Amino acid sequence: MATREERLSLAHRPTPAQTVGLRYFLHRYARNRLALVGLWIVTLVIISAALAPIIAPADPAKPDFVNLLQPPTRAHPLGTDDLGRDELSRIIYGARTSLQAGIISVGLALCVGLPLGLISGYFRGQLDNFLMRFTDALLSFPFLVLALAIAAVLGTGLGKAMIAIGIVFTPGFIRLSRAQVLSERERAYVEAARALGAADARIMLRHILPNSLSPVLVQASLSMAVAITFEATLSFLGLGTQPPTPSWGSMLNIAQAYLGTAPGLALWPGLAIFVTVLSLNLVGDGLREVLDPRLR
Amino acid sequence: MTRYIARRLVLTIPVLLLVSIIVFSLINLIPGDPALIMAGPEAGKEAVEALRIQMGLNRPVAVRYLIWLNHLLHGDLGKSVKDGQPVLNILLLKLPVTVELAAVAILISWLIAIPAGVLAAWRRRSVIDYAATTVALAGISIPNFWLGIMLIYFFAVNLRWLPASGYVEPWIDLSRNIKLMIMPAIVLGTALAALVMRLLRSSMLEVMGTEFIRTAHAKGLSDRLVLLKHALKNAMIPVATVMGLQLGGLLGGAVITETIFTVPGIGRLAVESILTRDYPMVQGVVLCSAVAIVFVNFSVDILYSVIDPRIRLVEDKA
Repeated sequence: MATREERLSLAHRPTPAQTVGLRYFLHRYARNRLALVGLWIVTLVIISAALAPIIAPADPAKPDFVNLLQPPTRAHPLGTDDLGRDELSRIIYGARTSLQAGIISVGLALCVGLPLGLISGYFRGQLDNFLMRFTDALLSFPFLVLALAIAAVLGTGLGKAMIAIGIVFTPGFIRLSRAQVLSERERAYVEAARALGAADARIMLRHILPNSLSPVLVQASLSMAVAITFEATLSFLGLGTQPPTPSWGSMLNIAQAYLGTAPGLALWPGLAIFVTVLSLNLVGDGLREVLDPRLR
Repeated sequence: MTRYIARRLVLTIPVLLLVSIIVFSLINLIPGDPALIMAGPEAGKEAVEALRIQMGLNRPVAVRYLIWLNHLLHGDLGKSVKDGQPVLNILLLKLPVTVELAAVAILISWLIAIPAGVLAAWRRRSVIDYAATTVALAGISIPNFWLGIMLIYFFAVNLRWLPASGYVEPWIDLSRNIKLMIMPAIVLGTALAALVMRLLRSSMLEVMGTEFIRTAHAKGLSDRLVLLKHALKNAMIPVATVMGLQLGGLLGGAVITETIFTVPGIGRLAVESILTRDYPMVQGVVLCSAVAIVFVNFSVDILYSVIDPRIRLVEDKA
């Protein structure tokens, strides 16, 4: 007879289908070299954001009025900004702001959009009708203009910018998850679950949700790229992250004034945004290739 | 056909109403006192109180919305806080500038995106295809304000080929107008070009896998003819369908582009009025852009049903 530990380990061992699924997924994802490169760069950005206090050569907020707008030197590999702060350290710390903005705003949109889409698609009826008209209306606003207007009303700051961006992304997630649920709820396995007497909540959460997630995940990764750009844009316009917190967008705002004297200031933060967003897009495209059944 | 248009029109009414409610709520349902927010933290107590009465804040929200909507339907979008001018007049003054910028941007982006998309689909998995898709991905990922700053650095600060910023009406000085428009239009058109190229490539691939293309080839038609006359025509339908989305992107991009290049259009107006807390103006810009998108989506639906009558038939049966 199996010991308790043995039984537990048996219970925790993934089923053959799960390992095959994961292996198959990784195998297919790794076949796309660009997607793999994107994943490596995103990982690198995450690591440098997490280890910022260790790897940054200087305090990103400490001004040095003797060394203003210095060109790259041994002490400051990317030079210094208008307040003599180390540009490289600000870029490294800026990764924290960008990643935070990407993850939290998309997370917010996901937390609101996914349940609403699930309920709307599953129960249909009046609520669905209203939600669809409401999302129609919200989707009629240019995303950036709406984000700007909401940020303007909420006030400045990274937290408020993230809420504004999250609100703008929510209707997209409602629509997408609803569309998934609509096609899943007509499948035979849902009928089978219902025939077995499963409650609505169980059918929704245990059966429909896992089968609807793939496109939502793809959308989330691509939205993160847009969210990072939006945060940088809001900060660039002075409505997002406020000084002294380093943000790639507000660094570019400052750099504009010194284009003639210190063009490097405009180069690095922009390059950082570009590379991060490009990598996230590569990851999103790679995920879509593997997860989107329409492309198989 | 008339029935279809009428039904589509009826469907846009609730959307427009909700749009107006959202724009109204932006200022009126936020936590805190709208008068206090509008007056700013530096304003005195009397100024806030006066503004509160002027804004009719002593009335219930629903009543205020209906009054606001009534004014709106009569073309009264309120007055700018900054100089007391009617919001609508300022919008109409700035609109042509943004329309010119957007038109040039669309022209540039389509001139690049359509040949690139067709070539990439035609020579799938070739060097051209990989180059085009990679450039397109870069075009989607590049932050437009950074692209703008880099262009200014190279072409205005370094090479001194183009003026860095500003705007002149085309009827005053056409050549200067063109010089001033080049960089903003490129910045605004980049993301659009990338989007259209990717969309066109995938829809071309889809169309080229269908039987009528094989039939056309079998009839002995030249590649060129099949590609341009049969495939491209059909592949453009999905591209046209997302015109509302493209317009949204353009309007959002105009905000950035016009700010960097100091082009006096709707986008720069949006940023200026947000930074100066000119909320009636903000409402006006946001409302104006949303209504434009609803209208474009409506027109695309109608146009779509003219091009492809199957859509109308399916909808009529449902």
